[in-house]
Amino acid sequence: MAAQPTTLSILIIDENRLRASVIEAGLRDAGYTNLTVVHDVAGIARRIEDIAPDVIVISLENPNRDMLESIFQLSRAVQRPIAMFVDRSDQAAIEAAVEAGVSAYVVDGLKRERVKPILDMAISRFNAFSRMTRELQEARSELENRKLIDRAKGILMATRGLSEADAYALLRKTAMNQNRKISEIAESLVTASGLLAPPEDE
Amino acid sequence: MTAKPQIIAGFMPLLDSALLVAAKEKGFAGAEGIDLVLVRETSWANIRDRLAVGHFQVAHVLAPMPIAANLGLTPLAVPTIAPMALGLGGNAVTVSNELWARMAAEGAVADFNPATAGRALKAVVAQRAARSEPLLRFAVVHPYSGHNYELRYWLAACGIDPAREVEIVIVPPPLMADALGSGAIDGYCVGEPWNTAAAMPGHGHIATVNAAIWRSSPEKVLSAAAKWAEDNPAVLAALLRALCRSAQWCAQPANREELAQILAGNAYVARPAEWMLRGLSGDLDSGTGDRRHVEDFFVPFAKAATFPWKSHALWFYSQMVRWGQVKHTAETAAIARETYRPDLYRAALKPLGIALPVANAKVEGALRVATPVGSAGASLTLGPDGFFDGGLFDPDRLDAYIAAQKR
Repeated sequence: MAAQPTTLSILIIDENRLRASVIEAGLRDAGYTNLTVVHDVAGIARRIEDIAPDVIVISLENPNRDMLESIFQLSRAVQRPIAMFVDRSDQAAIEAAVEAGVSAYVVDGLKRERVKPILDMAISRFNAFSRMTRELQEARSELENRKLIDRAKGILMATRGLSEADAYALLRKTAMNQNRKISEIAESLVTASGLLAPPEDE
Repeated sequence: MTAKPQIIAGFMPLLDSALLVAAKEKGFAGAEGIDLVLVRETSWANIRDRLAVGHFQVAHVLAPMPIAANLGLTPLAVPTIAPMALGLGGNAVTVSNELWARMAAEGAVADFNPATAGRALKAVVAQRAARSEPLLRFAVVHPYSGHNYELRYWLAACGIDPAREVEIVIVPPPLMADALGSGAIDGYCVGEPWNTAAAMPGHGHIATVNAAIWRSSPEKVLSAAAKWAEDNPAVLAALLRALCRSAQWCAQPANREELAQILAGNAYVARPAEWMLRGLSGDLDSGTGDRRHVEDFFVPFAKAATFPWKSHALWFYSQMVRWGQVKHTAETAAIARETYRPDLYRAALKPLGIALPVANAKVEGALRVATPVGSAGASLTLGPDGFFDGGLFDPDRLDAYIAAQKR
């Protein structure tokens, strides 16, 4: 069943452009069309005045949350008072939002049922984005580890005259004995051999 | 084998996170049987939220924040206590080079004197009004901060209406110097090293220091969710003892270099150790390249610097009332007073044999010179603690003080 389209005006504030677009796409797919994305908080008071958002979604990474909240307190800057959404939400939703790294603010008088799906969408997209970033980092460090192990094997082959298989076996045995990862042993070896190598100008 | 109880503490990258940082790095927490985990945050709002959902058990917060939470002024307010202060002072007011040049032309000199700097600023504000130039824009770190109240107190005492004659906005501490450099703001009040961050590279000028506006003024406190504190009294008491030992260590001049190096680390303030040393020693460079010593610029331990005075809580409350953040009633005043918990502090620290004040509150601004006072344990000297305009705050005459500050 398609989500009910809604006319609620939503402002997404996120310095991370990729994540902002992931959230924007999620909300658009859910039928929300009145979306504004802001990456830079410079002049945000004016933007809020112009856009008059019903809901504001912001990343907890953003150092300007205190500034934003102070703007919400100034009646001059906003026509309608804005409160933190999680204030009138249940404890589970609060925890889920903080854990996902997102916070939302809504104008006074908006029914909880109308806002809940927006926050839920933001939470799930934030979580998906963190997972994506984590997987990317893991893939990257996996690649780096493999390179390190290759270099360590090369050093052992050159200095001890071992075969590639024996060099790897030695790394693995050392790692097991010291209860460390092979990549850590490889890193130590590469660093040590760099330190012990004769200076190149000699 | 039982694991050490873990305490996760949130902090902001500021010089006065020193007590928490040294408690961990120098092993004082470990010695008290606590596994202290420190998490750097990017906003006070995050610290408040993570305390509320239980990610943090305690945090390094602006002294008025727990009061604001208990008064229901901030979102996600859960009952919060302040069982300990994290030192005295550490703040300054920095202005742009352009504004300083105009203030200097009106008689301001590079001696941090709040009265002469304020007089010069008032003249500049009047000039700008006469020439229809835009209002000067100052930044503070949070609406419920000592910086906001002390900046406003200074401006008002110098005849500048903080609500009408200047604009006051919120900027996070690490972004202050950049905001000043880019011309987005004309000045700011913040804790170190974020004044030095503009002054030493020559991007701004330190006009005055809060230690001169209000000597021995409170700044950060340790806050804890009331529920957690109630459920874990022994762990909290052990943490307070660890922080007290840490404060003693931080206060030793011989440890300054090491402390500056630790704070400069990537996990903490992540800025040059040289910037930390200015605030730790009180030898500030106002932006001229010369250093001038400020007495009691940042006090980690002496003068009962970690004692949560109820008179501090009530002075902050009086300023919340003054600037329209809360309506004064007997009930709201009681909430502010009860937020600070000197009883927990005394009970936890008694075994250490350090000087503990007998009173829970004092008349702020009454001590012109360092004065021995009644204490339990070792002897205790307090003050001087004066406001630069000679003001006195007697917490027993709160109503009169609030009535007198009405504009």
